[in-house]
Amino acid sequence: MRKRMFIGGWGYWDRMSTNSTTSDRVAKVFGEETPHPRGTVWPARVDQYLDEGLDEQDVDRWVQSACLLCSNGCGADIAVKDGRMVGIRGRAGDTVSHGRLGPKGLYGSTPWAASPDRLTRPLIREDGRLVETDWDTAMGRIVEVSKRLLAEKGPLSHGFYTSGQLFLEEYYTLAVIGKAGLGTPHMDGNTRLCTATSAAAFKESFGADGQPGSYTDIEHCDAIFLYGHNMPETQTVLWTRILDRTRGEDPPRIVCVDPRRTAVAEEATRTGGVHLAPRVGTNLALMNGLVRELFIHGWIANDWVAEHTVGIEGLRDIVDPYTPEHVADICGIDADDLRSAARIFGESDNVLSTVLQGFYQSHQATASSVAVHNLHLLRGMIGRPGAGVLQMNGQPTAQNNRECGADGDLPGFRNWDNLDHVRQLADAWNVDVMTIPHWAPPTHAMQIMSYAETGSIGFLWISATNPAVSMPESARIRKILAGDQCFTVVQDLFLTETAELADVVLPAAGWGEKTGCFTNVNRVVHLSEQAVEPPGEARSDLDIFLMYADAMGFTDRDGAPVVPWRTPEEAFDAWAAVTAGRPVDYTGLSYAKLRGPSGIPWPVNAEHPDGTDRLYTDGVFPTGTDYCETYGHDLITGGTVSEQEHRAMASAGRAFLKGAPYTPAHETPSDEYPLLFTTGRTVYQFHTRTKTGRARSLDQAAPDAWVELSPADAGPLGIDEGDWVRVESPRGAIQVRARIGRVMQGAVFAPFHYGHWDPDDLADADHRTANELTMTVWDPVSKQPTFKTAACRVTRLRAGDGPAPAPTNTASAPASGANDAAAAVPVTGGGSATSSRVLTETPRYALDPSQVGSSHVESSREDH
Amino acid sequence: MPHLSTYVALADHSEQTLAESLRAVAEGHARQADVFHTCHTLAGWSDQHRQDLAPVVERYGEQEDVDEPERLRADALTNTREGEIGLLRDLQDLHLLATLVHSTWTVIAQGAQGLRDHQLLDVATSSRQETTRQLTWLTTRMKQAAPQALIVAS
Repeated sequence: MRKRMFIGGWGYWDRMSTNSTTSDRVAKVFGEETPHPRGTVWPARVDQYLDEGLDEQDVDRWVQSACLLCSNGCGADIAVKDGRMVGIRGRAGDTVSHGRLGPKGLYGSTPWAASPDRLTRPLIREDGRLVETDWDTAMGRIVEVSKRLLAEKGPLSHGFYTSGQLFLEEYYTLAVIGKAGLGTPHMDGNTRLCTATSAAAFKESFGADGQPGSYTDIEHCDAIFLYGHNMPETQTVLWTRILDRTRGEDPPRIVCVDPRRTAVAEEATRTGGVHLAPRVGTNLALMNGLVRELFIHGWIANDWVAEHTVGIEGLRDIVDPYTPEHVADICGIDADDLRSAARIFGESDNVLSTVLQGFYQSHQATASSVAVHNLHLLRGMIGRPGAGVLQMNGQPTAQNNRECGADGDLPGFRNWDNLDHVRQLADAWNVDVMTIPHWAPPTHAMQIMSYAETGSIGFLWISATNPAVSMPESARIRKILAGDQCFTVVQDLFLTETAELADVVLPAAGWGEKTGCFTNVNRVVHLSEQAVEPPGEARSDLDIFLMYADAMGFTDRDGAPVVPWRTPEEAFDAWAAVTAGRPVDYTGLSYAKLRGPSGIPWPVNAEHPDGTDRLYTDGVFPTGTDYCETYGHDLITGGTVSEQEHRAMASAGRAFLKGAPYTPAHETPSDEYPLLFTTGRTVYQFHTRTKTGRARSLDQAAPDAWVELSPADAGPLGIDEGDWVRVESPRGAIQVRARIGRVMQGAVFAPFHYGHWDPDDLADADHRTANELTMTVWDPVSKQPTFKTAACRVTRLRAGDGPAPAPTNTASAPASGANDAAAAVPVTGGGSATSSRVLTETPRYALDPSQVGSSHVESSREDH
Repeated sequence: MPHLSTYVALADHSEQTLAESLRAVAEGHARQADVFHTCHTLAGWSDQHRQDLAPVVERYGEQEDVDEPERLRADALTNTREGEIGLLRDLQDLHLLATLVHSTWTVIAQGAQGLRDHQLLDVATSSRQETTRQLTWLTTRMKQAAPQALIVAS
């Protein structure tokens, strides 16, 4: 094995690489393959994009950062020329990406910044219209309303709804303002919509949030199970890492759980795995069937389970009725496919599981995600290379939102129900313990909106998110935001669909225009440095929050400011200090340390000075009653377990095996609404397209909304490829073009990205927001809204003038051979040129098990 | 065992009352999506408890000649209240009804043990466990609703 120390500097890698190749990464989403054998390090490949007409010699400087356009967290450098961001390049030495970037990161990272429609001055509403003003006036208006409401109604009149795309310094500052300054429990992020179930599932099984696994598990596993996770669409670089194993020697088998025939499903077939396509809303029945198969066949690591878990008997009883035939009935799958998938799990030594929105945003979200943990715990497959769990995130900084408490939790994975944990924070912030809202669970996003609807929350501050497009039942959300009952502040880069409805709009600096850190799915912390000045009067979100805190005069017990820091680095150090002794330990991290070649995964402390590749290597979990982040919940009702009940279970470091029976979804098809409506993503757009819609290469690949219908459903409705259709649920309707695609019969798929904003002022953009149809309903434990299960009906409106605007080289590809029109659908492409070079010498990654010490992978813990 | 049958009938009736009241609160506060869905789920549990009890009711029969204690049964909640404070108060009413169900199952389990009636003991034990979960959810939801309802809501 090559063991060469990283010595930094581009020139070195330049010499150690093959010739650069040029490619259109819209057409070739994953770029050049670098297949490699099992147990060896993933080769490095440096991807780069520069604005047209520029080459490397034109770049003034490269500024260290990481990509912000999905949750993967690829290390990257920003290219700067004449004070502008002009491109991006992957960092070869970064543990996450080994130099790669995906199409969104390459094409979408920088063009938005110089877009002519950036917000550059604050706006306030005068006589019903938003007009430009100065910062003093805008902040003056905010502070006036805030102080009046505090005097009249107290802090519970204030709510905050933030993002999964700010930096940790900003979340932590906001959390301190909310919890120690104001004292309101009404704070959440849009992470509630994308990743709350990941956190909730960790807490229920392991006692605290924290990703157990690592991306390096990909190099060591026998099988990879992807549950409701269309990775090729959502985290392209991670999927590239998997392809480099499935196309290499001794590949893992893939098992795909997804109602669509995705690229994951095709890879499952190719590798001798299984594609399970359960009916939308039946995930838990499927999972209970898989768990039952482990019991039936004795694929249980009995000694390990006895030592490291509690609850096996209860779980066995719960899953007992879920025979393969019963599951097949509920889910509409083949019973033998379930058996085959279970056998792969049961007979592999090392399985990696990944989970995303197909579980998180669907019915019984937390229970289904916890069931993934159950499979791993029953097999003792956790905490060693290749045997891991990756509960994914949807957004790049979602993890920090959870860590810092901007999602309402207490910072540092502390338990709001544990007075000692609350006291630790009260001491750190020097405020009275009663100031910190801890008498009830934090208020989740949908409940915040519900309070704002009645005016019970009269002051709502929304930062870096666009709920008018992304929250369920859009019509209701727009009404809440537009109404007079609640004063709304929106802070963003552009005048989004949400900002248009605000009372005050604040212009924010974006990525590359400010400094801060963020943490990806597998706990890797990156520093993102400021590369350029923000436009006009735009300010960093941190500066805006500090401005509000100063103007409000929040003080601690000694009359000193409750938020004493002024810079991102000071905020980071304050955050690191409050993580001491908690699972999410940042105490060994500093800006200086993060300026190295790679991001670093927490915990980083005296014991783990270089960070930690995977958690729970000793099989000890943070479940002790005095240490855990939660005492747990009833997975069906969300009722909270009390401290006494938790103590009685004597979990003390053992993980919980928890289960729940399957129940039918809240809304199932009827005569009136005979089809299932489900929403999702495309690889070329991110969230509500605020950045990707302003990147020409990406936007032209997916320029308008569509819906996907199966050939079997489209035929009887007289719908052909490209026809305009109306899709209607009990709550609303959209009118978009139809793709006769690969969705399962009975289901209709719509991408959620599209609001009425359009970069080309497209006509007819007012009827395409998928969330018009979705329901106001959420998981009882994670409180994540359900975007995947609604009932709908589809009617044909008129013929289109060509195929649907859906990409053809992703999961939205036309159904093969089912429709003559499919042959006429042009292949997606047309992205600008990017360059890529595979390094002949792979850098050394500090914690990579393929390189560190022995690459020997422990044998399995079979003892059945 | 003259009054065991009275109490079996009380269990049946109070589960029915709880189920009806849960459904009334679900519909009355349908704008609170979690209240709507969870109350319907919990009502289904109470229905199931009655179904499980049905063979026992049949076995013990109606005892016409036994005098029921006075004010044996509680009334169902039929009209729900308005707003956030109304929700809080309705949840309290549900909690009271669920407490009656819970203690009724406790009492019946004692009787079943005395009679060595395994079937009744199983029904009483499993139903009481689920009643505990109903109570836990009600408490959780009340704690969540209380600060806003008491301090801010108009």
